[in-house]
Amino acid sequence: MDLLRDLFFDYTLRNVALGSAILGIVSGVLGCFAVLRKQGLVGDALAHAALPGVCLAFLLTGSKTPIVLMAGAAVTGWIGMLILLRIVRHTRIDSNSALGTVLTVFFGFGVVLLTVIQKSRNAGQAGLDKFLFGQAAALTQEQVTTMAILGGIALAVVLALFKEFKLLSFDPEFAQSLALPTRGLDLLLTGLLVIAVVIGLNTVGVVLMSALLVAPAAAARQWTNSLSHMIGYSALFGAGSGVAGALISVSQSRLPTGPVIVLSATVIVIVSVLFGSARGLVWEWARQSRNRRGLQAPPPVAPALTAPIQETA
Amino acid sequence: MKTDEMASPPVAGTALPVAIRDLTVAYEDKPVLWDVDLDIPPASLTAIIGPNGAGKSTLIKASLGLVPMAAGSVSIFGETYGQQRRLVGYVPQRGSVDWDFPTDVLDVVMMGLYARIGWIKRPGRTERETALECLEKVGMASFAKRQISQLSGGQQQRVFLARALAQNTPLYFMDEPFAGVDATTERAIIAILQTLRAEGKTVVVVHHDLQTAPEYFDHVALLNVRLVASGPMATTFTQENLQRTYGGKIAFLKD
Repeated sequence: MDLLRDLFFDYTLRNVALGSAILGIVSGVLGCFAVLRKQGLVGDALAHAALPGVCLAFLLTGSKTPIVLMAGAAVTGWIGMLILLRIVRHTRIDSNSALGTVLTVFFGFGVVLLTVIQKSRNAGQAGLDKFLFGQAAALTQEQVTTMAILGGIALAVVLALFKEFKLLSFDPEFAQSLALPTRGLDLLLTGLLVIAVVIGLNTVGVVLMSALLVAPAAAARQWTNSLSHMIGYSALFGAGSGVAGALISVSQSRLPTGPVIVLSATVIVIVSVLFGSARGLVWEWARQSRNRRGLQAPPPVAPALTAPIQETA
Repeated sequence: MKTDEMASPPVAGTALPVAIRDLTVAYEDKPVLWDVDLDIPPASLTAIIGPNGAGKSTLIKASLGLVPMAAGSVSIFGETYGQQRRLVGYVPQRGSVDWDFPTDVLDVVMMGLYARIGWIKRPGRTERETALECLEKVGMASFAKRQISQLSGGQQQRVFLARALAQNTPLYFMDEPFAGVDATTERAIIAILQTLRAEGKTVVVVHHDLQTAPEYFDHVALLNVRLVASGPMATTFTQENLQRTYGGKIAFLKD
């Protein structure tokens, strides 16, 4: 297969596949925590808030070096997050409205800056519009290296603090009562989410980046009831949809990469929701129709309380 | 809000498990707790009783440093909560977490050991065994590998209790551990609390049922934003105090 050979020897294809695999893994892993903490849309606001950062970084430095643009994206993304948290904490605006406000204001500002840049002289060189919907074909080796380093850091932190992040996601109040610095951990997790979003800007673009955070995690949940397994599946699904989407977009007359990646992820979600081994709908329907035909034995109940306890009463 | 700290009495007997002075907590600008003074004696089972919105959960959460205090202080065995967190176990309300979270019963109980395990390290065999022992005590050992989404309300409550037992602390705060559990589970839970007291531990429980309170607990704090009365059950849990707590809206007959 030509595509397979090219994957190893063609510079562009290798970059595209590697870059989108890294991105898929990192966003798959961090997406799990975002989804379990019911913050799926926070990633969306964050990604949109990154656009003005990319434009400002370019306007201020005139450089298109990936690390410069990513730093700009991270700064405004982070500011967007902080504003969001402040609004929710200090006003009576609920989190949905706050999300919508932050997302649209920052994105609107970003689009204005983008238009200014496009209309200026060096429009041709800028090519910043790629950050809207992603252009994986434009990935350079340098960008992939930057993505790998940042992604590696994010994954290492998740690995080290897995137990703390799990408790923070499941029962933050209990975590706080154990003297865990929950606010710091919360900020750290949000910071890692910023990294995931920032390394996805080239490939998927700001508009659809949140799909790569939410979709693999939601699909993974259908296959397992264990957090560590869910994270593994999610990384796999993220990498799978990332690579598939990026390769399709590169080989098919340069379709924008983001939408194709999202469509790939959607296929995985649909298959998982229907056939997932832990909570797939198809198995559920089969069980229900079996139950309708004949009653099953009732599920086991909790054993009676053990004798020693009652004796102490 | 009270600011003249000099007016408050000196903290008597600093070794008390819980000594609350002038505690005021407000959400937005509405006070939820107003100038509460409360001492909890050692090796006691104390019920916190009061109507809805009386600030019972808030009292616990403020003691645990989970909600900011507008005024006043809480001392735990003579020090601030920050210094004594390792001495305090907590059973939150069952409804405060998402039971659809992807994890199993044993894993939740092991969370009670996270403070002892320390940063970065993972729970190992010792922790697993401790957690299993605690599950045994609440009669849930056979549920260790069960998905938490498959538990009934009473089972969820017992899992939370097992997690607190794993913390193995001299002082416990429990927020409505009897909410939505059947009579058998309720009796099992109270038996465990009485065992804790027999071991010299102090347990503070938000409780709703006036009928069972005198039977289950030896101390009581009657709360309705302000502390109405507190002390030994026999002398404090009187018709008159209850009327003052519930504003005369209650017809509670002692016999």
